[in-house]
Amino acid sequence: MAIWNEAKECMSRDELENLQGKRLVKQVNYVYHNVEFYRKRMQAQGLEPGDIRGLEDLNKLPYTTKDDLRDTYPFGLFAAPQSEIVRIHASSGTTGKATVVGYTRHDIDIWSECVTRALVQCGISKNDIVQVAYGYGLFTGGLGAHYGVENTGATVVPMSTGNTKKLITMMKDFGVTGIMCTPSYLLHIAETIKEGGDLDKIKLKVAVCGAEPWTEKMRQQIEEELHINCFDIYGLSEIMGPGVACDCLYHKGLHVQEDHFLPEIISKDTLKPVADGEVGELVFTTLTKEGIPLIRYRTKDLTSISREKCECGRTTARIARFKGRSDDMLILRGVNVFPSQIEAALLEVSETLPHYMIIVDRVNNLDTVEVQVEVEERFFSDEIRELENLTRRIEGVIKTAIGIAVKVKLVEPKTLARAEGKSVHVIDKRVFD
Amino acid sequence: MFLKQVSVFLENSEGRLKSALLTLKDANIDIKSLSLADTRDYGMLRMIVSDPDGAVDALKTAGFSAHITKVLAVKLADRVGALADLLKDISGEGINIEYMYDLSLKEEGACMVLKVSDKEACERLMAGKQYEFVSAECIK
Repeated sequence: MAIWNEAKECMSRDELENLQGKRLVKQVNYVYHNVEFYRKRMQAQGLEPGDIRGLEDLNKLPYTTKDDLRDTYPFGLFAAPQSEIVRIHASSGTTGKATVVGYTRHDIDIWSECVTRALVQCGISKNDIVQVAYGYGLFTGGLGAHYGVENTGATVVPMSTGNTKKLITMMKDFGVTGIMCTPSYLLHIAETIKEGGDLDKIKLKVAVCGAEPWTEKMRQQIEEELHINCFDIYGLSEIMGPGVACDCLYHKGLHVQEDHFLPEIISKDTLKPVADGEVGELVFTTLTKEGIPLIRYRTKDLTSISREKCECGRTTARIARFKGRSDDMLILRGVNVFPSQIEAALLEVSETLPHYMIIVDRVNNLDTVEVQVEVEERFFSDEIRELENLTRRIEGVIKTAIGIAVKVKLVEPKTLARAEGKSVHVIDKRVFD
Repeated sequence: MFLKQVSVFLENSEGRLKSALLTLKDANIDIKSLSLADTRDYGMLRMIVSDPDGAVDALKTAGFSAHITKVLAVKLADRVGALADLLKDISGEGINIEYMYDLSLKEEGACMVLKVSDKEACERLMAGKQYEFVSAECIK
């Protein structure tokens, strides 16, 4: 299978690490002089840009967290002036405040390059027609994938999400050969195709899926049901968006675009780097980013890394399928949701927090969210109409807060589990192993 | 004029209604009438009982979400159109009937239990009319 940028994707480890070291030194200089937050944080540790001479000095640098992005909302971590920023994306933060990222034109080009490398790795070329069925908008999925497909020279069909019937009609009529969307949505599409008896009328051969946790079993299920090759693409808006890493035909981990994103795996307890192969929290340093360069950004995603050469010929490090997260963030239908956002929404409805439980499940391959709320004295009414109004009001504020629809179920007081110490507010019934 | 009704929020789960009724039985409380409104997730049990305060106490102790609600219990004449006439008299001034169900008593005969949206307006409206209301004594 083709390799888009052999010079970068297959360079020897020595060469690659040499390049990463040089870029790191340059990036540290850049953030020190352009981002007050980093300058102060480095000064607080007695660090100057000159102290970072290469990869060996990486662990002297402080970590960056999602909280730092929130605390500097909206543009505090931007290194480039507004006049150089050509696009903004945003994802939800822990307290409802969005995490905002900005891209220079060069950043968009690098992003498109990374997505293209991933697509070519999955067997897509300019001879393909690709539907992008991620949501278009502030979420990086839609536009990130879109620019990548265009950059590859393939024909992009910007479907966005929400109209499965139209998607399938166009898939048949246009002779679509590739699709990019969340894996759960693709399974839903696959089911609809089969129900309509359309399986032999489509020409789909490749799916590149991501933006939510899924299993190897799901990937194989998609391949079997649609008779296609299915790949796992990873990314996060803080670092770039989809395309930070992607797996290849051998499915032995996701190749990280290492010349742009420097990966580390650290112990979530000691925060010290762990050995290759050991599971820990994935940390990225952006090596070429101009808009919002991040140093040692803690992704909270748990995985392990391998730096051995892959059978596909690439030398870039591979990260294993994700083992979960080290925080309480949920990924629901591709959207990042923190339980604290739901809590904040509940507080809008009542002055004090009612007891609640978030039940996440996957029904017919789509994530379902039920928020159970205890009917306390102050909510009580013996009129169904009042209770239904209450249910709808809670559903409304939660939808506004997290951006996706949930079902609210009123339950009897004192029936939800009370945990000792830190309450457990989430029951995730989805299976990811 | 208004009578104490016991309202219980019940989750739609097996045995929950039975358990509430057993609680009342154990507390030696007589149910004179009941209505059950149900939705997909939960139900609302409304009852006229011999001892509403005692019933709420017993139910709460047993872990139920039980409350007292004030309702109107009107005696109805045994004739065609009695209920229609009652509704004609009661409506107006923006009073809504939230729900109603029947209550049969040995002495008083047929009665109707109603929850109205505006108790004060209802009281004003009914003041000059010839209706008899079920009192707490009648159901002891």
